[in-house]
Amino acid sequence: MSVSTPTPPGRSRGTGSGSGGAIVHRTRRTAELMLLILALAIGVGAYAIVGLAREGSIPADIVVYGGGLTALAVAAHVVRRFFAPYADPVLLPIAVALNGIGLAMIQRIDMSLEASDSPFGPFGPSQLLWSAVGVALFCAVLVVIRDHRRLQTLTYTWGLVGLGLLILPLLPGIGVNINGSRIWISMLGFSFQPGEIAKVCLVVFFAGYLVVNRDALALAGKRFLGIDFPRGRDLGPILVAWAASLGILVFQRDLGSSLLFFGIFVVLLYVSTERPGWLFLGGGMFLGGAYAGYYLFGHVRNRVEGWLDPFGDIDTYAQIVQAQYGLAWGSLLGRGLGEGSPTLVSYAWSDFIATALGEELGLTGLMAIILLYAFIVERGLRTALICRDAFGKLLAVGLAVSLALQVFVVIGGVTRLIPLTGLTTPFLSAGGSSLVANWAIIALLLRISDHARRPPPEVWAPEPDDATQVVKLR
Amino acid sequence: MSEFTLTLIKFGFLALLWIFVLSIVSVIRSDLFGARVDPGQLAKESPRAPKQPKQSKRRRGVPTQLVITEGSNAGQTLPLSGETITLGRGTDTTIRLDDDYVSSRHARFVTNGEEWFVEDMGSTNGTYIGSSRVTRTTVINAGTAVRMGKTVVELRK
Repeated sequence: MSVSTPTPPGRSRGTGSGSGGAIVHRTRRTAELMLLILALAIGVGAYAIVGLAREGSIPADIVVYGGGLTALAVAAHVVRRFFAPYADPVLLPIAVALNGIGLAMIQRIDMSLEASDSPFGPFGPSQLLWSAVGVALFCAVLVVIRDHRRLQTLTYTWGLVGLGLLILPLLPGIGVNINGSRIWISMLGFSFQPGEIAKVCLVVFFAGYLVVNRDALALAGKRFLGIDFPRGRDLGPILVAWAASLGILVFQRDLGSSLLFFGIFVVLLYVSTERPGWLFLGGGMFLGGAYAGYYLFGHVRNRVEGWLDPFGDIDTYAQIVQAQYGLAWGSLLGRGLGEGSPTLVSYAWSDFIATALGEELGLTGLMAIILLYAFIVERGLRTALICRDAFGKLLAVGLAVSLALQVFVVIGGVTRLIPLTGLTTPFLSAGGSSLVANWAIIALLLRISDHARRPPPEVWAPEPDDATQVVKLR
Repeated sequence: MSEFTLTLIKFGFLALLWIFVLSIVSVIRSDLFGARVDPGQLAKESPRAPKQPKQSKRRRGVPTQLVITEGSNAGQTLPLSGETITLGRGTDTTIRLDDDYVSSRHARFVTNGEEWFVEDMGSTNGTYIGSSRVTRTTVINAGTAVRMGKTVVELRK
């Protein structure tokens, strides 16, 4: 079975049709710059509006936030220009816009929290600091990883690092239990969610592993009900992934991550083998696990009941009920930035930032934000389509799908489409680990995209030399 | 700050958000349809093109193109430029063969500038010239049929 995604006509280079020159993707660096300016206008504008609405004047520290955000965007753009000149032009501006909207919203929530003497916050300053760390990591990834295929040589190392990071919060001493989930580590006064970084490592591992083993997983198997199911002996990896995600569910009580890891693995299995059987199998296994979880664990049952009938017990499910009211109050056009009351929902700055935005920007604004995520995913999948090596394809699909799943799970959760699971909203939520990991994901996507869109190198053809007669075999 | 101004600002910000979304759409759109054949690239290749016949004139019998004569890719041709040509089912090959009996990297054609050689790259089903399996780098002349899986390839003048 060859690579899952067929190369679209006209994009294949040198596939022997005789005629035809090289198809060159435009670099679109100027387009990116224009989009970046718009993205910055959104981020800085949002903060200015918050100040105008709440205090009647543009906040004084807009110089710090606006300047900081602009400096970060310019730094990222310059590094991108030099180290990934052919990369996709829309990924970076979207990341900057989302990060900017998140920063403004977190600032705005800080103001409300301060006014109501809440024990939480402020989250704004640390969020700006973490944005800087994220962009630094973005630049580092682009500078250090010049060819994404180098990652493949360390497949199992990435897997081990990912697993280690996942287990880290369970270790006594550094792991801490927050809100019933044991997914945090606390060191030197900083708390960090290693699962977010583990996600990136595991996607690299899954991609590297499946590139090597997909043939065995794809070719053998039997057909049942019109779907090709794999052989029993090839089920090992999916069983391990399933057990690991159940382990996360049981020991860390983190429904979201459990769903995310298993989902990424199943989708990558499907993409690499082109067998829908894996999707059915994986979906069935997840449903089975979730069903068992529902009866075994109280917190799973709570989440499901809060999903089906939160209004039946308003005190217990106050958070999700308030979030629904917030969205309804926001309606089509929103209250306007700074004019809603998103802090009525607890954790409006992290898990529930999507409903806070829905309240103040309305359906119109929330749709735009969801579309921005959709664009990141689309560009990721497009990168996978035009990428020439199988590892790059799988890695790009994995990264795009991880983002898509995460956005679906968290925004679906807070809007009551699916049971609520605690995950961060990429780029928007307050939280350093998530922000840093997502900047790394964007950098990796840009790296693969740069590689895929780069014009093929001129092949150096040696001048034939009659005298020597050396057979040159590369 | 009056209520009216704030409402205007609110609409302004939503408009800005959607302008951003729409400009992304337009960049993506031009990216989809804007990929172009680089004239510079073609110009660079064109001086090489007249050079090629000159070389072949110098030595009669040097093949100038690779033709697939049988199999699902039958009819495809590739002009020979002196670069190594790899064949197989994989995406990283020069010619991607749509043939279930071909390995992802099956065989390659190489030249030393004088003659062409075929080399099996460790394929599962082997590469054959006539009925003999290619086990090492073998010289092929124009017109010799090289078979891999259900595909037959030959070099032509």
